[in-house]
Amino acid sequence: MTPDDQDLIRRRQKSRALVMALLLGAFAILVFAIALTKIRQGMV
Amino acid sequence: MTTAETPLLIPADWRDFLALTKPRVMTLVVFTGLCGMLAAPVPIHPVLGFTAILCIALGAGAAGALNQWYEADLDAAMRRTQQRPLPAGRMDRQSALHFGVGLAAFSVILMGFAVNLAAAAILTVSILFYVLVYTVWLKRRTPQNIVIGGAAGAFPPLIGWAAATGDVALLPVLLFGLVFLWTPPHFWALALFVKTDYANAGVPMLPVVAGERVTRHQIGLYTIPMALAGIAPWPLGLTGAIYGIVATVTTLVFALLALRVATRHTQADDRMKPEKRLFSYSILYLFVVFGALVVDRWVMA
Repeated sequence: MTPDDQDLIRRRQKSRALVMALLLGAFAILVFAIALTKIRQGMV
Repeated sequence: MTTAETPLLIPADWRDFLALTKPRVMTLVVFTGLCGMLAAPVPIHPVLGFTAILCIALGAGAAGALNQWYEADLDAAMRRTQQRPLPAGRMDRQSALHFGVGLAAFSVILMGFAVNLAAAAILTVSILFYVLVYTVWLKRRTPQNIVIGGAAGAFPPLIGWAAATGDVALLPVLLFGLVFLWTPPHFWALALFVKTDYANAGVPMLPVVAGERVTRHQIGLYTIPMALAGIAPWPLGLTGAIYGIVATVTTLVFALLALRVATRHTQADDRMKPEKRLFSYSILYLFVVFGALVVDRWVMA
C-alpha cells in the first residue's frame, strides 16, 4: 500500500464518518419530532 | 494478496452508497407515494407524513441496493450500468449487501413504530417482491419479467394511502393497477431502443426473446387496461372532474403514442424516435396524472 492509498483511505473514512454523523443527528431530531407528535396526539 | 484485489481494501466513497439506492428511480417512487398519501381522505400529521415518505424512499433505496448486489454480473455486461459502483469495482459486494439489508430493516421498523403496521407490512412486501420475486426469481427467467417487476414499483401509492388511513381502499388499488400496467409499455419502449444492451447481458427482455413485432403488439395491448385503470377513478366517483379531464386527455396522448409504436416497423438505420418519445412521455404521464389527483382532492375538499 502506497502513501497515496493510505491518504485516500483516510479521506474516505473521514468523509464517511462525517456523513454518518450528520445522518445520526438528523435521525435523533426526527425521533424527537415523532415523539412530540405522538404525545400531542395522545397516541402514547 | 494480488494487486488485482488491492482496490477492495479501500473503503467505498459515501457517494457510491448513495448511487446504490438509484436516486433517480426514487424520485418517481417518492412522488407516487406522496400523492397516494395526499389523496387519502384522512389528513396525516406532517411529521408522520414526512417519516412515511422517508421510509418509502429508504425502502426503495434498499431494494435498489440489493438489486445491484445481486445483479453485479449483469450490470457489468451492459453499457448503461457498467459505471455503477459494483461493476466498476468501487465497492465490494458484501458492503452493498450489508447496506441493503440494513437499510431495508431500518425503513420497515421505523415505518412500523412511527406510522402504522399496515404501511410497514406493505412496505415489507414491496421490498421482498422487488428483490426476491423480480430480481432473483423472474428477471433472468421470463420475458414477462418487467410485468411482474412492475408490481414492486406500483406499491408506493398504496403505502402512502395506508400510512394516512391505516387501511387500503379501491382508489389506491386502482392507482396500483395504473402503475403496474404502465410499467410494460414504459419499459418495453426503452427495451426497444437499448435492445442490444440487454441482449449482451443475456436478460430475456421481450424484444430479445420474442422479437420486435411481438413487443410492439404487447405495448399496445398493455396500454388498454392501463388506460382503463387511469380513467376509472372518475366514472366510479372516486375523484372529481379535474382528475377526470386531465387523466382522460393525457391517457389519450399516451394511447396515441403507444399506437404509433405498436403499428410501426423498424426501418434500416432507424433512430427509434417514436419509441424514445413514448418512453419520455410515459414518465411525464405518471407525474401529471398523480399530480392531478392531488390537486383534484384539494379542490374538492
